[in-house]
Amino acid sequence: MSNRWYLGVGEQSDIVVSTRIRLARNLNEYPFPNKLNTKSRTALNNIIKDAVEMDNKFDLRFVEMKSLARFEAASMAERHIISPEFASDHDGRALMISKDEDICIMLNEEDHIRIQIMKSGFALDEAYEVADEIDDLLGSKLEYAFDERIGYLTQCPTNLGTGMRASVMLHLPALTMNGQIHKLINTISKLGLTFRGAFGEGTKATGDMYQLSNQITLGISEEFAIKNLKAITLQLCANERAAREELLKSIDTEDAIFRAFGTLKWARLLSTQELMDNLSLVRLGSVAGKISVPIETLNELMISMQPASINVLAQQKLEEKERDTIRATKVRNRLS
Amino acid sequence: MLCQNCGKYEATTHVKRIINGESAEAHLCSDCAKALGYNDVFGGFGNTFGDLLGSFFGEPQVGAISSRTIHCEKCGNTFNDIVNSGKIGCADCYTTFYDKLLPSLQRIHGKTRHEGKNPTIIKTEVTNSQNPIEELEEQLRIAINEQNFEKAAQLRDKINELKEGQK
Ligand SMILES: [Zn+2]
Ligand SMILES: [Zn+2]
Repeated sequence: MSNRWYLGVGEQSDIVVSTRIRLARNLNEYPFPNKLNTKSRTALNNIIKDAVEMDNKFDLRFVEMKSLARFEAASMAERHIISPEFASDHDGRALMISKDEDICIMLNEEDHIRIQIMKSGFALDEAYEVADEIDDLLGSKLEYAFDERIGYLTQCPTNLGTGMRASVMLHLPALTMNGQIHKLINTISKLGLTFRGAFGEGTKATGDMYQLSNQITLGISEEFAIKNLKAITLQLCANERAAREELLKSIDTEDAIFRAFGTLKWARLLSTQELMDNLSLVRLGSVAGKISVPIETLNELMISMQPASINVLAQQKLEEKERDTIRATKVRNRLS
Repeated sequence: MLCQNCGKYEATTHVKRIINGESAEAHLCSDCAKALGYNDVFGGFGNTFGDLLGSFFGEPQVGAISSRTIHCEKCGNTFNDIVNSGKIGCADCYTTFYDKLLPSLQRIHGKTRHEGKNPTIIKTEVTNSQNPIEELEEQLRIAINEQNFEKAAQLRDKINELKEGQK
Protein backbone atom coordinates (compact mmCIF):
# COMPACT_ATOMS: atom_id res chain seq x y z
CA MET A 1 0.00 0.00 0.00
CA SER A 2 1.19 3.46 -0.76
CA ASN A 3 2.11 5.75 2.10
CA ARG A 4 1.28 8.90 0.18
CA TRP A 5 -0.55 10.92 2.74
CA TYR A 6 -3.43 11.90 0.48
CA LEU A 7 -4.09 8.32 -0.58
CA GLY A 8 -4.66 7.00 2.90
CA VAL A 9 -6.83 7.65 5.90
CA GLY A 10 -5.73 7.73 9.49
CA GLU A 11 -7.00 8.51 12.96
CA GLN A 12 -9.77 11.11 13.32
CA SER A 13 -9.96 11.21 9.53
CA ASP A 14 -13.50 12.60 9.59
CA ILE A 15 -11.79 15.87 10.49
CA VAL A 16 -8.02 15.52 10.55
CA VAL A 17 -6.84 15.17 6.96
CA SER A 18 -3.12 15.00 7.58
CA THR A 19 -0.27 15.54 10.01
CA ARG A 20 3.06 17.18 9.32
CA ILE A 21 6.26 17.59 11.32
CA ARG A 22 9.07 19.84 10.19
CA LEU A 23 12.48 20.17 11.83
CA ALA A 24 14.83 23.03 10.95
CA ARG A 25 18.55 22.31 11.22
CA ASN A 26 21.75 24.03 10.15
CA LEU A 27 25.35 22.95 9.95
CA ASN A 28 27.62 24.73 12.38
CA GLU A 29 30.44 25.22 9.93
CA TYR A 30 28.61 27.10 7.20
CA PRO A 31 26.77 30.43 7.12
CA PHE A 32 23.01 30.14 6.68
CA PRO A 33 21.67 29.85 3.09
CA ASN A 34 21.01 33.60 2.79
CA LYS A 35 24.79 34.11 3.02
CA LEU A 36 25.70 31.37 0.55
CA ASN A 37 26.04 31.66 -3.22
CA THR A 38 24.77 29.00 -5.61
CA LYS A 39 28.12 27.23 -5.71
CA SER A 40 28.42 26.93 -1.93
CA ARG A 41 24.81 25.85 -1.65
CA THR A 42 25.36 23.14 -4.21
CA ALA A 43 28.48 21.97 -2.35
CA LEU A 44 26.49 21.90 0.88
CA ASN A 45 23.72 19.90 -0.78
CA ASN A 46 26.27 17.27 -1.68
CA ILE A 47 27.70 17.14 1.84
CA ILE A 48 24.26 16.50 3.28
CA LYS A 49 23.41 14.07 0.50
CA ASP A 50 26.56 12.05 1.27
CA ALA A 51 25.69 12.00 4.96
CA VAL A 52 22.19 10.72 4.22
CA GLU A 53 23.40 8.14 1.75
CA MET A 54 25.95 6.69 4.18
CA ASP A 55 23.06 5.01 5.91
CA ASN A 56 20.11 5.46 3.58
CA LYS A 57 17.66 3.47 5.64
CA PHE A 58 14.69 5.37 4.26
CA ASP A 59 15.79 5.05 0.66
CA LEU A 60 15.69 8.77 -0.05
CA ARG A 61 16.24 9.99 -3.58
CA PHE A 62 18.28 13.14 -4.25
CA VAL A 63 16.67 15.69 -6.57
CA GLU A 64 18.11 19.04 -7.60
CA MET A 65 15.34 21.59 -7.83
CA LYS A 66 16.72 22.98 -11.08
CA SER A 67 16.05 19.60 -12.68
CA LEU A 68 12.31 20.04 -12.15
CA ALA A 69 9.92 22.02 -14.34
CA ARG A 70 8.27 24.96 -12.57
CA PHE A 71 4.90 23.22 -12.57
CA GLU A 72 6.45 20.08 -11.08
CA ALA A 73 7.83 22.08 -8.17
CA ALA A 74 4.51 23.91 -7.76
CA SER A 75 2.69 20.57 -7.80
CA MET A 76 4.88 19.33 -4.96
CA ALA A 77 3.90 22.40 -2.98
CA GLU A 78 0.23 21.68 -3.77
CA ARG A 79 0.78 18.20 -2.37
CA HIS A 80 2.23 19.91 0.73
CA ILE A 81 5.49 18.01 0.29
CA ILE A 82 7.60 21.16 0.00
CA SER A 83 6.91 24.73 1.07
CA PRO A 84 5.65 27.31 -1.44
CA GLU A 85 8.77 29.30 -0.59
CA PHE A 86 10.95 26.33 -1.58
CA ALA A 87 9.04 25.85 -4.85
CA SER A 88 9.39 29.51 -5.77
CA ASP A 89 13.16 29.57 -6.19
CA HIS A 90 15.30 26.71 -7.55
CA ASP A 91 18.67 28.32 -7.04
CA GLY A 92 21.10 26.00 -5.25
CA ARG A 93 18.28 24.02 -3.73
CA ALA A 94 17.76 20.28 -3.62
CA LEU A 95 15.65 17.75 -1.82
CA MET A 96 15.86 14.19 -0.63
CA ILE A 97 12.57 12.41 -0.88
CA SER A 98 11.16 8.95 -0.15
CA LYS A 99 9.29 6.96 -2.75
CA ASP A 100 5.95 7.63 -1.08
CA GLU A 101 6.77 11.29 -0.49
CA ASP A 102 6.08 10.89 3.23
CA ILE A 103 9.67 11.91 4.01
CA CYS A 104 11.19 14.94 2.38
CA ILE A 105 14.34 16.80 3.35
CA MET A 106 14.52 20.27 1.83
CA LEU A 107 18.09 21.45 1.39
CA ASN A 108 18.88 25.15 1.42
CA GLU A 109 15.38 26.36 2.01
CA GLU A 110 15.56 29.08 4.66
CA ASP A 111 17.78 26.75 6.68
CA HIS A 112 20.34 24.22 5.44
CA ILE A 113 18.12 21.30 6.38
CA ARG A 114 14.38 21.02 6.78
CA ILE A 115 13.23 17.53 7.58
CA GLN A 116 9.54 17.02 6.80
CA ILE A 117 7.31 14.08 7.57
CA MET A 118 3.73 13.87 6.25
CA LYS A 119 1.15 11.34 7.42
CA SER A 120 -2.53 10.75 6.74
CA GLY A 121 -4.91 11.59 9.56
CA PHE A 122 -3.94 12.43 13.12
CA ALA A 123 -0.49 10.94 13.69
CA LEU A 124 1.70 13.46 15.49
CA ASP A 125 3.66 10.96 17.58
CA GLU A 126 4.29 8.65 14.65
CA ALA A 127 5.40 11.53 12.43
CA TYR A 128 7.67 12.96 15.11
CA GLU A 129 9.25 9.57 15.71
CA VAL A 130 10.35 9.35 12.08
CA ALA A 131 11.56 12.96 12.03
CA ASP A 132 13.50 12.34 15.23
CA GLU A 133 15.15 9.24 13.82
CA ILE A 134 16.24 11.01 10.64
CA ASP A 135 17.44 13.93 12.72
CA ASP A 136 19.56 11.59 14.89
CA LEU A 137 20.94 9.95 11.79
CA LEU A 138 21.99 13.26 10.25
CA GLY A 139 23.13 14.65 13.60
CA SER A 140 25.46 11.71 14.10
CA LYS A 141 27.26 12.50 10.85
CA LEU A 142 27.05 16.28 10.63
CA GLU A 143 27.75 18.90 13.25
CA TYR A 144 24.59 20.89 13.82
CA ALA A 145 24.50 24.55 14.78
CA PHE A 146 23.33 24.35 18.38
CA ASP A 147 23.68 26.48 21.48
CA GLU A 148 22.89 25.00 24.88
CA ARG A 149 21.09 28.18 25.90
CA ILE A 150 18.89 28.74 22.85
CA GLY A 151 18.83 25.35 21.16
CA TYR A 152 19.04 24.63 17.45
CA LEU A 153 20.14 27.76 15.63
CA THR A 154 18.07 28.87 12.66
CA GLN A 155 18.19 31.70 10.17
CA CYS A 156 14.94 33.12 11.50
CA PRO A 157 14.83 33.48 15.29
CA THR A 158 11.17 32.47 15.27
CA ASN A 159 12.27 28.87 14.66
CA LEU A 160 15.00 28.85 17.29
CA GLY A 161 15.01 26.23 20.06
CA THR A 162 13.52 22.95 18.96
CA GLY A 163 13.24 24.12 15.35
CA MET A 164 10.08 22.07 15.26
CA ARG A 165 6.86 22.95 13.53
CA ALA A 166 4.11 20.40 14.10
CA SER A 167 0.85 20.83 12.27
CA VAL A 168 -2.42 19.19 11.39
CA MET A 169 -4.72 19.88 8.45
CA LEU A 170 -8.32 20.06 9.60
CA HIS A 171 -11.57 19.97 7.66
CA LEU A 172 -13.94 22.28 9.53
CA PRO A 173 -17.01 22.92 7.34
CA ALA A 174 -19.54 23.12 10.17
CA LEU A 175 -17.57 25.56 12.34
CA THR A 176 -17.03 27.64 9.20
CA MET A 177 -20.72 27.62 8.26
CA ASN A 178 -21.97 28.54 11.71
CA GLY A 179 -19.35 31.26 12.02
CA GLN A 180 -17.77 29.98 15.24
CA ILE A 181 -14.44 29.63 13.48
CA HIS A 182 -13.54 33.33 13.81
CA LYS A 183 -13.81 33.23 17.56
CA LEU A 184 -11.82 30.01 17.68
CA ILE A 185 -9.04 31.44 15.52
CA ASN A 186 -8.75 34.33 17.95
CA THR A 187 -8.69 32.15 21.03
CA ILE A 188 -6.22 29.70 19.59
CA SER A 189 -3.74 32.35 18.51
CA LYS A 190 -3.56 33.36 22.16
CA LEU A 191 -2.54 29.81 23.10
CA GLY A 192 0.70 29.95 21.15
CA LEU A 193 -0.68 28.23 18.06
CA THR A 194 -1.21 29.41 14.50
CA PHE A 195 -4.46 28.69 12.72
CA ARG A 196 -5.11 29.53 9.09
CA GLY A 197 -6.38 28.36 5.71
CA ALA A 198 -4.43 25.42 4.29
CA PHE A 199 -5.07 26.24 0.64
CA GLY A 200 -5.35 29.18 -1.68
CA GLU A 201 -5.61 32.83 -0.81
CA GLY A 202 -7.99 35.39 0.61
CA THR A 203 -9.80 35.54 3.90
CA LYS A 204 -11.72 32.30 3.54
CA ALA A 205 -10.05 28.94 4.00
CA THR A 206 -10.57 27.26 0.63
CA GLY A 207 -12.50 24.00 0.96
CA ASP A 208 -12.88 24.70 4.70
CA MET A 209 -9.39 23.28 5.15
CA TYR A 210 -7.33 24.76 7.98
CA GLN A 211 -3.80 24.33 9.17
CA LEU A 212 -3.14 24.34 12.90
CA SER A 213 0.51 24.55 14.05
CA ASN A 214 2.59 25.31 17.08
CA GLN A 215 4.02 28.80 16.99
CA ILE A 216 6.53 28.87 19.81
CA THR A 217 9.72 26.85 19.55
CA LEU A 218 11.94 28.22 22.30
CA GLY A 219 11.49 27.18 25.91
CA ILE A 220 9.00 24.45 25.07
CA SER A 221 10.08 20.86 24.44
CA GLU A 222 9.02 18.89 21.37
CA GLU A 223 7.03 16.58 23.58
CA PHE A 224 5.15 19.39 25.26
CA ALA A 225 4.49 21.28 22.02
CA ILE A 226 3.03 18.13 20.48
CA LYS A 227 0.96 17.38 23.56
CA ASN A 228 -0.42 20.91 23.45
CA LEU A 229 -1.23 20.70 19.73
CA LYS A 230 -2.90 17.33 20.26
CA ALA A 231 -5.13 18.58 23.04
CA ILE A 232 -6.30 21.60 21.05
CA THR A 233 -6.85 19.51 17.92
CA LEU A 234 -9.05 17.09 19.84
CA GLN A 235 -10.97 19.98 21.33
CA LEU A 236 -11.55 21.44 17.87
CA CYS A 237 -12.64 18.01 16.61
CA ALA A 238 -15.20 17.81 19.39
CA ASN A 239 -16.49 21.31 18.55
CA GLU A 240 -16.69 20.47 14.87
CA ARG A 241 -18.55 17.20 15.48
CA ALA A 242 -21.11 18.94 17.66
CA ALA A 243 -21.57 21.65 15.04
CA ARG A 244 -21.96 19.02 12.31
CA GLU A 245 -24.62 17.19 14.24
CA GLU A 246 -26.61 20.37 14.58
CA LEU A 247 -26.12 21.33 10.95
CA LEU A 248 -27.04 17.92 9.58
CA LYS A 249 -30.48 18.10 11.17
CA SER A 250 -31.44 20.60 8.51
CA ILE A 251 -32.75 19.59 5.08
CA ASP A 252 -30.90 22.62 3.69
CA THR A 253 -27.58 21.05 4.58
CA GLU A 254 -28.55 17.72 3.09
CA ASP A 255 -29.70 19.51 -0.07
CA ALA A 256 -26.41 21.41 -0.30
CA ILE A 257 -24.43 18.18 0.09
CA PHE A 258 -26.28 16.42 -2.73
CA ARG A 259 -26.17 19.44 -5.02
CA ALA A 260 -22.41 19.56 -4.50
CA PHE A 261 -22.19 15.85 -5.30
CA GLY A 262 -24.28 16.46 -8.44
CA THR A 263 -21.95 19.23 -9.58
CA LEU A 264 -18.85 17.09 -9.15
CA LYS A 265 -20.53 14.19 -10.95
CA TRP A 266 -21.90 16.14 -13.90
CA ALA A 267 -19.98 19.36 -14.49
CA ARG A 268 -18.06 19.72 -17.73
CA LEU A 269 -15.94 22.58 -16.44
CA LEU A 270 -14.67 22.67 -12.89
CA SER A 271 -12.52 25.42 -11.44
CA THR A 272 -10.24 24.76 -8.46
CA GLN A 273 -12.47 26.89 -6.25
CA GLU A 274 -15.60 24.96 -7.29
CA LEU A 275 -13.80 21.68 -6.76
CA MET A 276 -12.76 22.68 -3.26
CA ASP A 277 -16.15 24.12 -2.27
CA ASN A 278 -18.04 21.07 -3.47
CA LEU A 279 -15.54 18.55 -2.13
CA SER A 280 -15.97 20.11 1.29
CA LEU A 281 -19.71 19.43 1.28
CA VAL A 282 -19.32 15.95 -0.21
CA ARG A 283 -16.69 15.12 2.42
CA LEU A 284 -19.15 16.22 5.08
CA GLY A 285 -21.80 13.98 3.47
CA SER A 286 -19.40 11.06 3.18
CA VAL A 287 -18.43 11.21 6.85
CA ALA A 288 -22.10 11.46 7.83
CA GLY A 289 -22.84 8.33 5.81
CA LYS A 290 -25.04 10.14 3.30
CA ILE A 291 -22.74 9.70 0.34
CA SER A 292 -20.89 6.46 -0.24
CA VAL A 293 -17.63 7.84 -1.59
CA PRO A 294 -14.65 6.97 0.61
CA ILE A 295 -12.77 9.85 2.21
CA GLU A 296 -9.49 8.75 0.66
CA THR A 297 -10.98 9.29 -2.81
CA LEU A 298 -12.00 12.80 -1.82
CA ASN A 299 -8.57 13.56 -0.31
CA GLU A 300 -6.93 12.28 -3.45
CA LEU A 301 -9.10 14.48 -5.69
CA MET A 302 -8.51 17.51 -3.51
CA ILE A 303 -4.75 17.16 -3.91
CA SER A 304 -4.31 15.68 -7.37
CA MET A 305 -6.71 18.10 -9.09
CA GLN A 306 -4.91 21.28 -8.04
CA PRO A 307 -3.79 23.43 -11.02
CA ALA A 308 -0.06 22.63 -11.15
CA SER A 309 -0.75 18.95 -10.55
CA ILE A 310 -3.00 18.91 -13.63
CA ASN A 311 -0.17 20.56 -15.58
CA VAL A 312 2.04 17.71 -14.41
CA LEU A 313 -0.50 15.16 -15.66
CA ALA A 314 -0.48 16.87 -19.04
CA GLN A 315 3.29 17.47 -18.83
CA GLN A 316 2.80 21.05 -19.97
CA LYS A 317 1.52 24.35 -18.71
CA LEU A 318 -2.15 24.43 -19.74
CA GLU A 319 -4.59 27.31 -20.04
CA GLU A 320 -7.04 27.62 -17.19
CA LYS A 321 -10.00 26.48 -19.28
CA GLU A 322 -8.13 23.40 -20.47
CA ARG A 323 -7.37 22.57 -16.86
CA ASP A 324 -10.98 23.08 -15.83
CA THR A 325 -12.07 20.65 -18.57
CA ILE A 326 -9.55 18.00 -17.53
CA ARG A 327 -10.47 18.48 -13.88
CA ALA A 328 -14.19 18.02 -14.59
CA THR A 329 -13.55 14.89 -16.65
CA LYS A 330 -11.23 13.28 -14.11
CA VAL A 331 -13.50 14.04 -11.17
CA ARG A 332 -16.57 12.82 -13.05
CA ASN A 333 -14.88 9.54 -13.94
CA ARG A 334 -13.63 9.04 -10.44
CA LEU A 335 -17.05 9.58 -8.84
CA SER A 336 -19.25 7.64 -11.25
CA MET B 1 3.03 48.83 -1.68
CA LEU B 2 -0.55 48.56 -0.47
CA CYS B 3 -2.04 45.45 1.10
CA GLN B 4 -3.53 43.15 -1.52
CA ASN B 5 -6.28 42.05 0.80
CA CYS B 6 -7.77 45.34 2.01
CA GLY B 7 -6.01 47.80 -0.29
CA LYS B 8 -5.90 50.32 2.57
CA TYR B 9 -2.67 49.94 4.46
CA GLU B 10 0.98 49.51 3.66
CA ALA B 11 1.91 45.85 3.08
CA THR B 12 4.51 44.65 5.58
CA THR B 13 4.16 40.88 5.33
CA HIS B 14 5.16 39.12 2.14
CA VAL B 15 4.09 35.53 1.81
CA LYS B 16 5.02 33.05 -0.90
CA ARG B 17 2.13 30.89 -2.01
CA ILE B 18 1.12 28.63 -4.82
CA ILE B 19 -1.83 30.27 -6.53
CA ASN B 20 -3.37 28.80 -9.64
CA GLY B 21 -0.51 26.41 -10.06
CA GLU B 22 2.20 29.02 -9.91
CA SER B 23 4.17 30.57 -7.15
CA ALA B 24 3.03 34.03 -6.26
CA GLU B 25 3.75 36.44 -3.50
CA ALA B 26 0.98 37.88 -1.36
CA HIS B 27 1.59 41.32 0.12
CA LEU B 28 -0.40 41.99 3.27
CA CYS B 29 -0.72 44.68 5.89
CA SER B 30 -0.14 43.55 9.46
CA ASP B 31 -3.88 43.47 10.28
CA CYS B 32 -4.78 41.33 7.28
CA ALA B 33 -1.73 39.14 7.85
CA LYS B 34 -2.99 38.54 11.34
CA ALA B 35 -6.56 37.87 10.18
CA LEU B 36 -5.24 35.36 7.65
CA GLY B 37 -3.05 33.60 10.19
CA TYR B 38 0.27 35.01 9.02
CA ASN B 39 0.87 37.05 12.13
CA ASP B 40 3.66 34.72 13.06
CA VAL B 41 6.87 35.79 11.41
CA PHE B 42 7.72 32.38 10.07
CA GLY B 43 4.45 31.97 8.21
CA GLY B 44 4.36 28.31 7.31
CA PHE B 45 8.06 28.14 8.07
CA GLY B 46 10.00 30.96 6.61
CA ASN B 47 7.75 32.99 4.39
CA THR B 48 8.32 36.54 5.42
CA PHE B 49 10.83 39.22 4.83
CA GLY B 50 13.00 41.55 6.76
CA ASP B 51 10.82 44.55 7.41
CA LEU B 52 8.46 42.67 9.67
CA LEU B 53 11.26 40.83 11.41
CA GLY B 54 13.25 44.03 11.63
CA SER B 55 10.54 45.38 13.89
CA PHE B 56 11.29 42.53 16.28
CA PHE B 57 14.85 43.70 16.70
CA GLY B 58 14.07 47.35 17.19
CA GLU B 59 15.24 50.25 15.08
CA PRO B 60 18.62 50.14 13.37
CA GLN B 61 21.19 52.13 15.28
CA VAL B 62 22.60 54.98 13.25
CA GLY B 63 25.81 56.99 13.55
CA ALA B 64 27.35 57.39 17.01
CA ILE B 65 28.91 54.01 17.68
CA SER B 66 29.63 53.12 14.04
CA SER B 67 33.40 53.58 14.44
CA ARG B 68 33.56 50.53 16.66
CA THR B 69 30.88 48.41 15.02
CA ILE B 70 31.15 44.75 15.86
CA HIS B 71 31.14 42.28 12.99
CA CYS B 72 30.39 38.58 13.19
CA GLU B 73 33.76 37.00 12.46
CA LYS B 74 32.33 34.19 10.39
CA CYS B 75 29.80 35.88 8.10
CA GLY B 76 30.70 39.56 8.50
CA ASN B 77 27.24 40.65 9.64
CA THR B 78 26.84 43.65 11.89
CA PHE B 79 23.83 43.84 14.16
CA ASN B 80 22.37 46.47 11.82
CA ASP B 81 22.71 44.03 8.92
CA ILE B 82 20.57 41.60 10.85
CA VAL B 83 17.98 44.24 11.70
CA ASN B 84 17.84 45.46 8.11
CA SER B 85 17.63 42.05 6.47
CA GLY B 86 15.66 40.36 9.23
CA LYS B 87 17.95 37.40 8.78
CA ILE B 88 20.63 35.95 11.01
CA GLY B 89 23.74 35.19 8.95
CA CYS B 90 25.26 32.20 10.71
CA ALA B 91 25.50 30.28 13.96
CA ASP B 92 28.24 32.61 15.24
CA CYS B 93 25.96 35.66 14.89
CA TYR B 94 23.96 34.23 17.78
CA THR B 95 27.06 34.16 19.99
CA THR B 96 28.38 37.52 18.81
CA PHE B 97 25.07 39.36 19.27
CA TYR B 98 23.60 37.16 21.99
CA ASP B 99 22.84 39.98 24.42
CA LYS B 100 21.32 42.18 21.76
CA LEU B 101 19.14 39.37 20.44
CA LEU B 102 17.87 38.22 23.80
CA PRO B 103 15.09 40.84 24.20
CA SER B 104 13.76 39.92 20.74
CA LEU B 105 13.76 36.24 21.61
CA GLN B 106 11.84 37.05 24.75
CA ARG B 107 9.29 39.00 22.69
CA ILE B 108 8.91 36.27 20.04
CA HIS B 109 8.81 33.19 22.26
CA GLY B 110 8.10 34.50 25.74
CA LYS B 111 11.12 32.52 26.90
CA THR B 112 14.85 32.54 26.26
CA ARG B 113 16.02 29.16 27.47
CA HIS B 114 15.93 26.07 25.26
CA GLU B 115 13.98 23.02 26.38
CA GLY B 116 13.91 19.74 24.54
CA LYS B 117 16.17 17.82 22.25
CA ASN B 118 19.91 18.21 22.55
CA PRO B 119 22.22 16.94 19.82
CA THR B 120 25.42 16.93 21.88
CA ILE B 121 24.44 13.73 23.62
CA ILE B 122 24.28 11.90 20.36
CA LYS B 123 27.42 13.56 19.13
CA THR B 124 29.57 12.48 22.05
CA GLU B 125 28.23 8.96 21.85
CA VAL B 126 29.38 8.73 18.30
CA THR B 127 32.64 10.63 18.40
CA ASN B 128 34.07 9.55 21.75
CA SER B 129 35.17 6.25 20.41
CA GLN B 130 36.42 5.42 17.00
CA ASN B 131 35.51 1.79 17.30
CA PRO B 132 31.79 1.18 17.83
CA ILE B 133 32.50 -2.23 19.34
CA GLU B 134 34.78 -0.73 21.98
CA GLU B 135 32.11 1.83 22.73
CA LEU B 136 29.48 -0.87 23.15
CA GLU B 137 31.79 -2.97 25.30
CA GLU B 138 32.26 0.01 27.57
CA GLN B 139 28.48 0.41 27.82
CA LEU B 140 28.23 -3.31 28.52
CA ARG B 141 30.66 -3.01 31.43
CA ILE B 142 28.60 -0.17 32.86
CA ALA B 143 25.36 -2.09 32.41
CA ILE B 144 26.78 -5.13 34.19
CA ASN B 145 28.11 -2.97 37.03
CA GLU B 146 24.67 -1.48 37.38
CA GLN B 147 23.21 -4.98 37.30
CA ASN B 148 21.05 -3.90 34.37
CA PHE B 149 21.09 -7.36 32.83
CA GLU B 150 18.36 -6.81 30.30
CA LYS B 151 20.34 -3.97 28.76
CA ALA B 152 23.54 -5.97 29.06
CA ALA B 153 22.01 -8.83 27.10
CA GLN B 154 20.89 -6.46 24.37
CA LEU B 155 24.35 -4.91 24.19
CA ARG B 156 26.01 -8.30 24.04
CA ASP B 157 23.80 -9.30 21.12
CA LYS B 158 24.67 -6.08 19.35
CA ILE B 159 28.40 -6.58 19.91
CA ASN B 160 28.23 -10.12 18.60
CA GLU B 161 26.30 -8.92 15.60
CA LEU B 162 28.93 -6.29 14.84
CA LYS B 163 31.79 -8.74 15.34
CA GLU B 164 30.03 -11.18 13.08
CA GLY B 165 29.76 -8.47 10.43
CA GLN B 166 33.48 -7.73 10.59
CA LYS B 167 34.54 -11.26 9.76
ZN1 LIG C 1 -4.77 44.78 4.68
ZN1 LIG D 1 27.47 35.50 11.47
